[in-house]
Amino acid sequence: MMDELRELYQEVILDHGKNPRNHRHPPDANREARGENPMCGDKFTVYLKVNGEHVVEDVAFEGRGCAISTASASMMTELIKGKSEQEAKILFETFHDLCTKDEDEHGDHGPVDEEAMEKLMVMSGVRQFPVRVKCATLAWHAMNAAIEGEDKASSE
Amino acid sequence: MSDIAHTLERPAGYDVERIRADFPILSRTVHERKGKKPAPGKPLVYLDSGASAQKPRHVIDTMSRFLEEDYSNIHRGVHFLSQRATDRFEAARDSVAAFLNAPSRDGIVFTRNATEAINLVANSYARTFLEPGDEIILSVMEHHANIVPWQLAQTAKGLTIRVVPIDDRGVLDLDAYARLFGPRTRLVALTHCSNVLGTVTPAKEIVRIAHERGVPVLLDGSQAVVHGTVDVKDIGADFYVFTGHKLYGPNGIGVLAAKPEILKKMPPFMGGGDMIQSVSFSGTTFKEPPMRFEPGTPPIAEAIGLAAAIDYVEGIGRDAIAAHEHDLLTYATARLQEIEGLRIVGTAPGKAAIISFVVDGVHPHDLGTVVDQYGVAVRVGQHCAEPLMERMGVGSTARASFALYNTRAEADALVDAVKAVKEFFGA
Repeated sequence: MMDELRELYQEVILDHGKNPRNHRHPPDANREARGENPMCGDKFTVYLKVNGEHVVEDVAFEGRGCAISTASASMMTELIKGKSEQEAKILFETFHDLCTKDEDEHGDHGPVDEEAMEKLMVMSGVRQFPVRVKCATLAWHAMNAAIEGEDKASSE
Repeated sequence: MSDIAHTLERPAGYDVERIRADFPILSRTVHERKGKKPAPGKPLVYLDSGASAQKPRHVIDTMSRFLEEDYSNIHRGVHFLSQRATDRFEAARDSVAAFLNAPSRDGIVFTRNATEAINLVANSYARTFLEPGDEIILSVMEHHANIVPWQLAQTAKGLTIRVVPIDDRGVLDLDAYARLFGPRTRLVALTHCSNVLGTVTPAKEIVRIAHERGVPVLLDGSQAVVHGTVDVKDIGADFYVFTGHKLYGPNGIGVLAAKPEILKKMPPFMGGGDMIQSVSFSGTTFKEPPMRFEPGTPPIAEAIGLAAAIDYVEGIGRDAIAAHEHDLLTYATARLQEIEGLRIVGTAPGKAAIISFVVDGVHPHDLGTVVDQYGVAVRVGQHCAEPLMERMGVGSTARASFALYNTRAEADALVDAVKAVKEFFGA
């Protein structure tokens, strides 16, 4: 029983859940979007600073949720920083597949380097807990919405 | 202050093990693991009856037998089965009227659920008889089902919604309630028992205060009918609603119990067959209530299942059930309070056996996932009561709701699982 739980709540997730990185509001952010999970009431705001070359110079978030959603938001900020908008979207699509689809159904959304893939895999333990997928993808949906220029996202 | 009768002694002769044997699902296990490292399942500890209760064999068998032996459409045919099915459906209406001590069987309207019953009143009554600028009184601890239908009517008709506050324990502020009435107050819609806090509201007093000012009252009894005896005639409510599936009946069946004289004045909420007197393209006339409000083929087997659930509950005795649940509430509250960093949200005197709680350093969703691995089913989240969450200063809570089949040992299992959660998260 505890094996599945440990798979979901790996040490790195517990760590990011308790001590989220980039949990702040950057004053020079030029994109932001809110993500809401109506099931639990968790709300996040993701802030991006995207420069003229379409590179995400800074990314941060505010709001607190469960360990899964907070850790996922925190790890996302680490992954997205310094990436181009296009690369960020590839990471989003790849992660979304990891959480919601069996391996043989994963699409090819573009190249993801090995280190990033490893980090995405850590979060994908949520696949065994379908009701928690929305927690894991909440901040990612908000990030994707911010890139798309929308101000709201729902993990519904 | 409670209008739900409680006897406070631990019930003598309440054989919970015999009662549990009536519920087939309670003997199953969950999270059995096959494959490389097989592990037996955990016994199910079902503490989510507030969301939906499990069904006794009597309900399951009654519905099966009806479908096998007596099923047909109702109110339409001249044949044998149609008459049988109609008789049983109408007998279910009698059962519900007796169960609630409703003013009249003609005021019992079958709906899909309590939500539809409230929407019926909001659409038929409020949109017909209320004018722009008129006011409706709700409370801050309503389920979304008793907020959103009124907001839709508010938008359509230009109404104003006024909200009764509660104190930090979750007790309705009756003085503030009385002060909310003004010359434009036209309707009160309040819960009889909070699905989150367990607070039982003083229904009779609520109605008395409203009626003194000539204002009708709707009470949402979805939780209240489960946890004690409700006497709608004594309470005096103009509209009383509840749902079948929380009362050990099937889902897909709800009830509006209304005063027939008010129902008679109300136009249909939905149109269709079986609710009309005569249809022509130059004008259609409608049947008298309750038929006017039951268009189309209703949930027939479900109504009969609900009547079976009422039989079952009455067979055990509502006072005995209330006493058993009160014992569980007292015991579980004391045991949960042993846990450091755990706070119970909702501590109104005389509350029903519903315990919402939060644990420092652990989000309710994480708590729910971990206790589930121990076989303990609780509800986590906002419980369709977002304004209440905000009032109580919490984003969400975990909720253990106790039913006639729960035991002290299950309260212990919950406590052990919550302790394991704290250990797991180092909280």
